[in-house]
Amino acid sequence: MAEITLQDIIQPENLVYEKSKLLTEKPFHYCPGCGHGTVHRIIAEVLEELGVDDRTIGVSPVGCAVMAYDYFDVDFVEAAHGRAPACATGIKRVWPDKVVFSYQGDGDLAAIGTCETIHTCNRGENITMIFVNNGIYGMTGGQMAPTTLVGMKTATTPYGRMPQWPDGTPNNGFPLQITQLLAQLPGTRYVTRQAVFSAAAVRNAKKAIKKAFQNQIENKNGVNFVEIVSNCNSNWKMSAVDANKWLQDNMLPVYPLGDLKDNFEIIKK
Amino acid sequence: MAKFRGAIVVDIERCKGCGVCITACPCGVIELAKEVNGKGYNYAFMANPEACIGCASCGITCPDGVIKVYKKAL
Amino acid sequence: MGELKLMKGNEALAEAAIRCGADAYFGYPITPQSEVIEYLSEQNPYERTGMVVLQAESELAAINMVYAAGAAGKRVMTSSSSPGVCLKQEGLAYIAGAEVPCVFADVVRGGPGLGTIQPSQADYFQNTKGGGNGDYRNIVLAPASVQEMADFVPLGFDLAFKYRMAVCILSDGAIGQMMEKVVLPEQKARLTEEEIKAKYPWALTGRKRGTQHRVITSLDLDSARMEEHNRHLQRKYDEVTKNEVRYEMIDCDDAEYVFVAYGSSARIAQKSVQLGRAAGLKVGLLRPITLWPYPTQAIRNLIDKGVKGFLSVELSCGQMIEDVLLACNGRAKAEHFGRVGGIIHTPEEVLEAMKKQIIGE
Repeated sequence: MAEITLQDIIQPENLVYEKSKLLTEKPFHYCPGCGHGTVHRIIAEVLEELGVDDRTIGVSPVGCAVMAYDYFDVDFVEAAHGRAPACATGIKRVWPDKVVFSYQGDGDLAAIGTCETIHTCNRGENITMIFVNNGIYGMTGGQMAPTTLVGMKTATTPYGRMPQWPDGTPNNGFPLQITQLLAQLPGTRYVTRQAVFSAAAVRNAKKAIKKAFQNQIENKNGVNFVEIVSNCNSNWKMSAVDANKWLQDNMLPVYPLGDLKDNFEIIKK
Repeated sequence: MAKFRGAIVVDIERCKGCGVCITACPCGVIELAKEVNGKGYNYAFMANPEACIGCASCGITCPDGVIKVYKKAL
Repeated sequence: MGELKLMKGNEALAEAAIRCGADAYFGYPITPQSEVIEYLSEQNPYERTGMVVLQAESELAAINMVYAAGAAGKRVMTSSSSPGVCLKQEGLAYIAGAEVPCVFADVVRGGPGLGTIQPSQADYFQNTKGGGNGDYRNIVLAPASVQEMADFVPLGFDLAFKYRMAVCILSDGAIGQMMEKVVLPEQKARLTEEEIKAKYPWALTGRKRGTQHRVITSLDLDSARMEEHNRHLQRKYDEVTKNEVRYEMIDCDDAEYVFVAYGSSARIAQKSVQLGRAAGLKVGLLRPITLWPYPTQAIRNLIDKGVKGFLSVELSCGQMIEDVLLACNGRAKAEHFGRVGGIIHTPEEVLEAMKKQIIGE
């Protein structure tokens, strides 16, 4: 057998993976290893594959992904903190044929924007909502999020999140199971929890995101909600690789992966 | 004998050296370079090119989309 | 030819929105303006014109729906009353920073806080001086009749899209709730997608392949660009100030003393002018129609013509008086007279205040 050189392999006809052309040339400002970049990449791939880039309008949050609009080569509006679902509602109602998605973190979606999140889901807006849950406020420097795990140390829970004092007096409260809560609402069509820490997880997450957009494009009513359990290695204060391991050991038991609801039917585990 | 040979091309200047691709690679192809790029990151590179099967696990897990993956049937 | 109807101010505002081809209304109930969303819900404009009406979960959600739908090039509006407008200030600051056109109505009630549901003009500061964060302005139109409640909606949309900014229709509980004759305009068609794309290239309608994607945002971390953006906004506001000042003068030609009043206060002050004239006093009325930009020059011209004093008549403890004083700049006397708490001044007491505070008997 003839020797095969790298030069032979690295040829345009052999290309099996490159980042989506729907991402701009601007390098992500995210920390090394941050899941946001991976989620951005998947969304861009899905929009490109579905061929809807010329009728997509995205809504970016306040948080680390505030400048998501710099990275996607689609039209974008930047929402006030927590209001992305209201913004997405406004656009979808006046442009029902456009493909509208919101992109939010845990503080944005499940703390300051809980009201907008719940009511948008309850109205069953025909939109796609992407929710990146890393259990911490990244942009502001690692404070407690509604999804912070019990015992998890953050800048505002330096001794670990303690929901209650030993005598039962309320303290930091419990990790908010927002996705489970949203699955209970009659307006959500598809609710799923995914992750991007491994190649297999990324493949599943991409399938889920694709479905969440396809449902919208096919004008199936109801919110399509995709949670991505992700890392924040900078504020978790560990390496990206360790953070992905920590995520599997600590986040996933509290936020297990898989579909919670499909076609308006809650999936019993 | 593998049926496929693969190769990756890393956009060195955009690589942040997070190492996620290294854990994603099932064949131990990738390592971080001793040298750094213009931003001071030890970038990923193909340390064992013969082992690459072009599965693209590195490419699809790279948060910054800096890896192009090529695959050729033998 | 228009259609003559007897309507509440709030209803006229709502009907005018449908007829001028508005694309959407996002609102939240609050007294004394709930008739706006009730009327729209009852009229079902989606059937009439395709106009969307949605009761949001809060004023905050409503203004953010307006923000994004406006960013997408549509003619959208909301309405509320004073405490509700406080909540909208977040969205209004974003709307100003991101240069999104929209119309909102504030049917003012007394404050602070929950205050009262009775009419008030104590939201003058809230709407003319900002209320949200940053250096920005909203155009503020002050209707004094049910007719103007209707007329200012299409005018508001025209100005909002001309300058890409928010236009406030600053009404009050009296104008919103009272019934008057109103001539309604003919139904205008809503803009089509092609028309929106042609008229508003900035609007988010999905980026055309091969063209630059568009972003509507108020954020820019680059200091030099952010300074230039602020300068650009100020130049725009200067342009608005140059072009869009509106006011009405009644009996001001030979006046020595002038009431300055807008909205329902202007209706009362107009009677005070008549009473004063009957008593031989040379009084007139300046009614600002735009509260921002303010008719500063009109006041200065009156001083040039010999007006010696102004009485700012307001349903507040004295807010517009600050703009009257700025206009006078010490060249003429100016004082405030107002009633609050839901009490509306009588023409007699307004005239009495002019005599006592300004003319000096």
